[in-house]
Amino acid sequence: MQKEEILRSVNNIFIDTLDNEEIILTYDTTADDVEDWDSLNHIQLVVAVEKKFKIRFTSQEILGWNNVGEMIDCILKKDI
Amino acid sequence: MGLRITDEMELIKDFKILKRNLKKDFSGLKKIKVALMGDTATQFLTQALRASGFDREFDLQIWEADFNQIERQVFDPSSELYDFSPEIVIIYQSSHKLLSKYNKLPPGKYASLADTELDLIGNLCAQIDSRLHTKIVYYNYTEIDDSVYGNYSSKVEASFLFQLRKLNYKVMEFSISHPNFYLLDLSSMQNKYGKCTFFQTSIYINTEMVLSIDILPAIASLTTDLIGAMYGKFKKCIILDLDNTMWGGIIGDDGMDNIEIGSLGIGKAFTEFQYWLKKLKNRGIILAVCSKNTESIAREPFEKHPDMVLRLDDIAVFVANWENKVDNIHHIRNILNIGFDSMVFLDDNPFERNIVRESIPLLTIPELPEDPAEYLEYLYSQNLFETVSVSDLDAERTKQYQVEAQRAVVQQSFTSEADFLESLNMLSIVRPFDNFNIPRAAQLSQRSNQFNLRTVRYSEADIELLGKSEDSFTFSFTLEDKFGDNGLICIVILKSENNDTLFIDTWLMSCRVLKRGMEHFVLNCIADFGQGGGFKYLKGEYIPTLKNEMVKDHYSKLAFKARDGSWILNLSEYEIRPCFINKK
Repeated sequence: MQKEEILRSVNNIFIDTLDNEEIILTYDTTADDVEDWDSLNHIQLVVAVEKKFKIRFTSQEILGWNNVGEMIDCILKKDI
Repeated sequence: MGLRITDEMELIKDFKILKRNLKKDFSGLKKIKVALMGDTATQFLTQALRASGFDREFDLQIWEADFNQIERQVFDPSSELYDFSPEIVIIYQSSHKLLSKYNKLPPGKYASLADTELDLIGNLCAQIDSRLHTKIVYYNYTEIDDSVYGNYSSKVEASFLFQLRKLNYKVMEFSISHPNFYLLDLSSMQNKYGKCTFFQTSIYINTEMVLSIDILPAIASLTTDLIGAMYGKFKKCIILDLDNTMWGGIIGDDGMDNIEIGSLGIGKAFTEFQYWLKKLKNRGIILAVCSKNTESIAREPFEKHPDMVLRLDDIAVFVANWENKVDNIHHIRNILNIGFDSMVFLDDNPFERNIVRESIPLLTIPELPEDPAEYLEYLYSQNLFETVSVSDLDAERTKQYQVEAQRAVVQQSFTSEADFLESLNMLSIVRPFDNFNIPRAAQLSQRSNQFNLRTVRYSEADIELLGKSEDSFTFSFTLEDKFGDNGLICIVILKSENNDTLFIDTWLMSCRVLKRGMEHFVLNCIADFGQGGGFKYLKGEYIPTLKNEMVKDHYSKLAFKARDGSWILNLSEYEIRPCFINKK
């Protein structure tokens, strides 16, 4: 799967999970840029991404990303 | 196996979708103050509970204790918990924290873990009880096998699994002796969905949350089922279709010898289903039949088929004809005199289910799976029969409704109602609440919706407290007649407001005994009591609910005078009201 495609997919997961149609993600987006993306909802987003791509992140990965791009690189690494 | 889990998962609502309830309008829903205290992070559980409450028409106002604050909140008299003064306290002490405690013990103390924890639970409850008038919901322990002893752990009392199971057993015993302590069976839920679904290691390590996001809606649903039962939302009756619901095949076409029940075809599925229904009936759930059939043909298997588990005397109301099911269900409801929201309709035919669902939206109509082999597992998963009280009298209920049907037939032969009532030879035992009638009194307080003037719900624990109060006076009434004994059917609780006035805090009655003059008999009894105690006035109040319109004019019919939103009866002018019931 291409990186662009994953970004679109992750964007949809954010819209769906945070119930906010206005979210537009880029590789550089951080938690500070998105309303409601707090540490609690982060967990919900992580689980939704795991489900969508049928992958599991490790415990270290979950807290290691600095922005959306790093999360997507991590998904790509999982060989989907 | 994988497929099975997927099937189960589909029964659970998606947390993300459930959460959308939080943005809906909660106004007008019943507010209940709930305190949630956990030794792990419970923010998502709080959201799931509130959202799940919305589906059951509750506005759960949840106060969540800070993480791992249970003991501080409970043992500090000036804590936020006591300040909040909740109606329900939920305590969730997780198995993971239990395991951490165990891990830190010196090995010589391993075997005392369960007893130590039980003592702590006992102390928590005693503290809460001494400061709050509340119900306690306690989540039991999901199993963690630390695999230190393998299967041998069952021979080693000091093993963690042994101690965890012992504790789960001990809290059940504890709940028997503590009426306001209710267990929520998380362990059994984990058995159903599996630990892999219940628990996600990466999330636990990062956040101190021990429940996976996927399982939250199911736990919230089970919890609000229990809360619903505490507030009078529970099922009392199952209406059953016959062909392909109670047995395989069509009795009218296939004949009694060819229906599938017992060893024939997939009869085992129906036999086991009937055993389940029989257990429910023995617990006090009323069974009624509603079938499109010729009545004599429909009755035949109940009378003669050797493999039928259910017999005619298990069925309170039997309706088989060619009329439409909606009318027949209305007819059944009229005989039983209970609300549609306390009834469940089971029918294999999706078409019939839809027609009934459209006309009677309050009725619960499970989407039975196409394969009868799956009926039972599916129905188990629905947790339809949550309750917070059972009494020995429940088992008599079917008999009472059958007698009621007989009474209806006899009544038609009398021209005057008075003649009919007199012919019944009615007797009532009037007693204050005592250890024998408290369970039934509490149950009636929770079950009665229609003939209930103020709809104050009392649990067994509440009622025991009333018994100790000096300005409360309790009355229970039974009613029997020549056809049979209805048991305890009415309770009244009076509270002295001052030296002159007795306030009728509670007056409720089972609708089984409507139109027998019971209200006149009851008023004679309490008026007599009031006069004996030197009181001058009885004061009544009607608080309208969606269901108690039946008693809107109760006090005016009994000659109470309206005054400032209440109803007053002057005892010095009281004349004994005529009725055909005598004290036994």
